[in-house]
Amino acid sequence: MTGFGDSLQLAMGLILSGDESLWAIVFLSLKVSLTAVAIAGLIGMPFGAFLAVARFPGRGILIVMVNALMGLPPVVVGLSVYLMLSASGPFGVLQLLYTPSAMIIAQVLLVLPIVAALSRQVVEELYGEYREHFLSLGVAGVRTIPTLLWEGRFGLMTALLAGVGRAIAEVGAVMIVGGNINHVTRVMTTTIALETSKGDLGMALALGVVLIVLAISINAAMSFAARSSARYAYA
Amino acid sequence: MLKWVLTALVMTIPSLAAADFIILQSTTSTQNSGLFAAILPEFEKETGIEVRVVAVGTGQALRNARNGDGDVLLVHAKAAEEQFVEDGFGVSRSDVMYNDFVIVGPANDPADVTISDSVDSAFQAISDAHAKFISRGDDSGTHKAEMRLWSSAGFEPREHSGKWYIETGSGMGATLNIASSMGGYALSDRATWLAFGNKGDLKVVFEGDPKLFNQYGVIVVNPARHPTVKIQQAEQFFNWILGENGQAAIAAFMLGGQQLFFPNAPNQ
Repeated sequence: MTGFGDSLQLAMGLILSGDESLWAIVFLSLKVSLTAVAIAGLIGMPFGAFLAVARFPGRGILIVMVNALMGLPPVVVGLSVYLMLSASGPFGVLQLLYTPSAMIIAQVLLVLPIVAALSRQVVEELYGEYREHFLSLGVAGVRTIPTLLWEGRFGLMTALLAGVGRAIAEVGAVMIVGGNINHVTRVMTTTIALETSKGDLGMALALGVVLIVLAISINAAMSFAARSSARYAYA
Repeated sequence: MLKWVLTALVMTIPSLAAADFIILQSTTSTQNSGLFAAILPEFEKETGIEVRVVAVGTGQALRNARNGDGDVLLVHAKAAEEQFVEDGFGVSRSDVMYNDFVIVGPANDPADVTISDSVDSAFQAISDAHAKFISRGDDSGTHKAEMRLWSSAGFEPREHSGKWYIETGSGMGATLNIASSMGGYALSDRATWLAFGNKGDLKVVFEGDPKLFNQYGVIVVNPARHPTVKIQQAEQFFNWILGENGQAAIAAFMLGGQQLFFPNAPNQ
């Protein structure tokens, strides 16, 4: 049995060695998950803000739905996207199955509800604070969205980070739609699953450590960016 | 930073060069043992066609190919493969190589499987002792073989599912991991077993019965069903792996000094 100590050591060795195939896998993980979060952010933040400020029948149900979808099981999303993109599915002609694009699509679907739900919460609180101010300026409703998104940008960063965490850590969806093809669709999580199935638990755990280091780095980088731009904003 | 930029560049190259590739739907045993990593580069060098391997259970591989999500199959469940071709989803099928299944179990062998003279009596011993047996339960080639062996021994183990008969519903490696930690018996293909790194207390407790023969077949998916199938490249692969070079590459693949797969394509 491999101990945690051995795996930690192996993980450090992997990171320091600059092993080319490992970096390719890390890079693909980042590419897929960050692209997915960027797309989910572009759609989810305005949509969340819309849910926060607009008043229309069915709004309450829609909010409950979006909140519930935060818990979408990745395997179910993977299976649905597989059925869509399969050669015998409606979008088969696009030939996207077993490509990074398919993985991005699946992760957008996973991340979108998280970004939308958390954005709604951030913007709704902000809207409460600013409402009087908006009224005095004569703006209301959806016209306040751009301002609210800008003012709430640091809170929204947390929503995006939650999305990154979800995307980079999930294995169920990318395994099905990506196929874990070496050099093409193999990412951190599917590699960990593969090493586990080979019984190489030490390597699997070491890759897990690399993944955690990666997640910490992304969070640190984004927080740092947010904080330095905040300093700049209030300077 | 430079490293990242270089990696980024390297990453874009395969997607440019990958204009010519095929999807091979195959099994975890061939992938996890390292067979593909050993033989595919030769094919790629000869033909310039990249082979992208999706390694799943045989049942899922056949289902994916039925949906047209693959150009060629390399799996191990002869009856299901022939059915696949008969149903019009495959153009041609051929035997390509074989190895065998082994029964693995805890070293102290609580069910005394080691002394069995046939695989039937080995399964009988496990069933009589109500010893833990860890089954794939995932409709894979190995799972189909295991079900055949149980019924040939005259048992329906699924009546005891959740008691001494454990259905994992996952791959060979995951199943072996569970067998290893529970101290149970399991049926494994020899290649996955030899390449498996978490054997723990497990060892081979029974092998060598002709019923444990494990035949692999290769099938070209029918483009008449799914026009996206790259028939020309798929046939190139089919002919290569059945031909002299492919068969030699399979025979040359060794792990720990042991040959894992034995080529047996019919002479062409």
